Amino acid sequence: MHNFSIVRQSVRMALTNIRHNKLRSFLTMLGIMIGVAAVIGLVTIVQSVTTSIMDQFSGLGAGTLSITANGTSLKQGLSNSDLASLSEIDGVDAVCPSASVTTYAVANAEIYKHVTLDGEDFSYFQRNKNQIQQGRTFLENETDGYTDVCLVDKTFATKVLSGQNPIGATVTVNGYQFQVIGLYSDSDSLTGQMTDTSSSNGTVMIPYKNIQRMTGFYNTTFLTVFLKENADQNEAEHEIRAVLNNAFNDADNSFSIINLSSLLDTMNSIKGMLSTMLGGIAAISLVVGGIGIMNMMLVSVSERTKEIGLRKALGAEPVRIQMQFLIESITLSLIGGAIGIVLGLVIAAIGAAALNTTFHISTGAILLGAGFSAGVGILFGWMPARRASELNPIDALRAE
Amino acid sequence: MEEENKTEENKIEESKTEEKKPEADGAEIEKAKEPAAPAPNQEEPREDTGDEILRMKDICKDYDMGNEVLHVLKSVCLSVRRGEFLAILGPSGSGKSTLMNIIGCLDVPTSGDYWLDGRHIADEDETSLARIRSREIGFVFQSFNLLQRQNAFENVELPLIYANVPEKERRQRVDEVLELVGLSDKRENMPNQLSGGQQQRVAIARAIANRPAILLADEPTGALDQHTGAQVMELFHQLNEEGNTIIMITHDPKIASHAKRIVRILDGEISEGALEDA
Repeated sequence: MHNFSIVRQSVRMALTNIRHNKLRSFLTMLGIMIGVAAVIGLVTIVQSVTTSIMDQFSGLGAGTLSITANGTSLKQGLSNSDLASLSEIDGVDAVCPSASVTTYAVANAEIYKHVTLDGEDFSYFQRNKNQIQQGRTFLENETDGYTDVCLVDKTFATKVLSGQNPIGATVTVNGYQFQVIGLYSDSDSLTGQMTDTSSSNGTVMIPYKNIQRMTGFYNTTFLTVFLKENADQNEAEHEIRAVLNNAFNDADNSFSIINLSSLLDTMNSIKGMLSTMLGGIAAISLVVGGIGIMNMMLVSVSERTKEIGLRKALGAEPVRIQMQFLIESITLSLIGGAIGIVLGLVIAAIGAAALNTTFHISTGAILLGAGFSAGVGILFGWMPARRASELNPIDALRAE
Repeated sequence: MEEENKTEENKIEESKTEEKKPEADGAEIEKAKEPAAPAPNQEEPREDTGDEILRMKDICKDYDMGNEVLHVLKSVCLSVRRGEFLAILGPSGSGKSTLMNIIGCLDVPTSGDYWLDGRHIADEDETSLARIRSREIGFVFQSFNLLQRQNAFENVELPLIYANVPEKERRQRVDEVLELVGLSDKRENMPNQLSGGQQQRVAIARAIANRPAILLADEPTGALDQHTGAQVMELFHQLNEEGNTIIMITHDPKIASHAKRIVRILDGEISEGALEDA
């Protein structure tokens, strides 16, 4: 209760001292500010980026194999019977061939280049129903290769259809006319993300058989294989390799398989490594900031020797003097820390915008920053405060 | 006005004796058990010393200067009664500052016994000395020593904070002593907005705020011109009449002559005596 007025008085004194030494205090706090801003900024950026990448990967689910089968010069891609043998493998849930071409689109009498035309299998559309934001997805009888309806992504809707309600709009892609039946979100789909660069005018999705007919290329070079949940992943992958080797007569480099779940593991370990590394960098910059605080506190103690002597003469116990200077250093580093947190969040927001990812405010990082700055204040304020408390009151009073 | 202050002072005296009673009782019991035992903590046994508020017996202070030992105080004996106004007069280098530091519990003697308000001040650690200073001593310095970044009120409040006086009582006491020194209207003023005499009055208010046993003044008029110096001495007289014990250290016989009793110090030895040579 009584000690509280000491704390309050010490905080007020600290603020007065900071106000009276604006430049010096600012320069001292700069170290902590930069340190904390670095922690918050980097941690938040890393978390935002990894979170959105992880979301995309896990959106596609574990047990998903991405296969690129360019084949050989004699046999480019997989035939329909190869696909049939793949789907017969025990443990395979679905085989979704897909193809995409970059082409042009005509809408409202204007030509738009850099449009991705994406052909997907019916089971793909079934699996990704929840990504339809407006309208509907394909019906089974619309996937026979002779349909004249399509889905568009948000980028396409914004850039080509100029933001108007896309449902029912008519677009001409690669010379074929389609009516838009649905709008799907582009950032959640891996294929959507991969083609979604700023110069792109978006993606139009049609059934796989349509794109085969339009391009006249009936072999499959890109497909996604979904495994059953309880399937032995390694066993299934082994059998898929066998089928593909058989299809291409064991030719080298005829295909590649990317297992998304193992990719996810790699991503996780990279994230862990990045966090540790950034922790190290943060620790270094905070130590540097802390030394700045210590330096300023030591200067302050020697400047205020007479004041310390007076306080002691007036009955201040050594522990109170120590507490007063400790509170000053904590106040200093907490103010620096608070500015650092704000600065760090601004950096993170700018970084997230530049990297085109969603900006997540991490409460953990903020608490970390606040905790770190308070800790630095205590750790590096301790020695100067101790020195102040140990001053001999007689010598201190005589000091000028 | 005078009447009011008197009654106020009586109240203070009353509360003081009330505070002391249980301690004194405890001390007596402890004494009965073990007469010569030094007290383990700061709640030391107090002797019933009657009117005597300060007693020094054979106080020596030596400074080890490496190859020789400097005897700054040589067997100083001194007794001060409650309500006295004493001046310790001596030239610089006579040991009067060292004596003041020991009286003010800023320093401890090398040997000898010192009782302050019935408490034996032995080899105390810094913390207990600070607590004793907080309760028993009110310092007035030559150069005022006010905290420049705090206003008059806050400066006077400081020793009360260190003495753990609750906030409400603190305010009341600060207002009380500021009125006593005639600066009620300057409570919000910063030290640099006050004249030298006013600053010293704030310092005196700060010294008496905690109702110390002794008001210890070190050349209180040294930094003031003659007129304001006289005003400050007037204030000391007033405080003394109200019952405060005042010890003033000075080199100036004219200032010392304001005191009711003068003790001279020369080369670490003291002698009682009236003014002969100026």
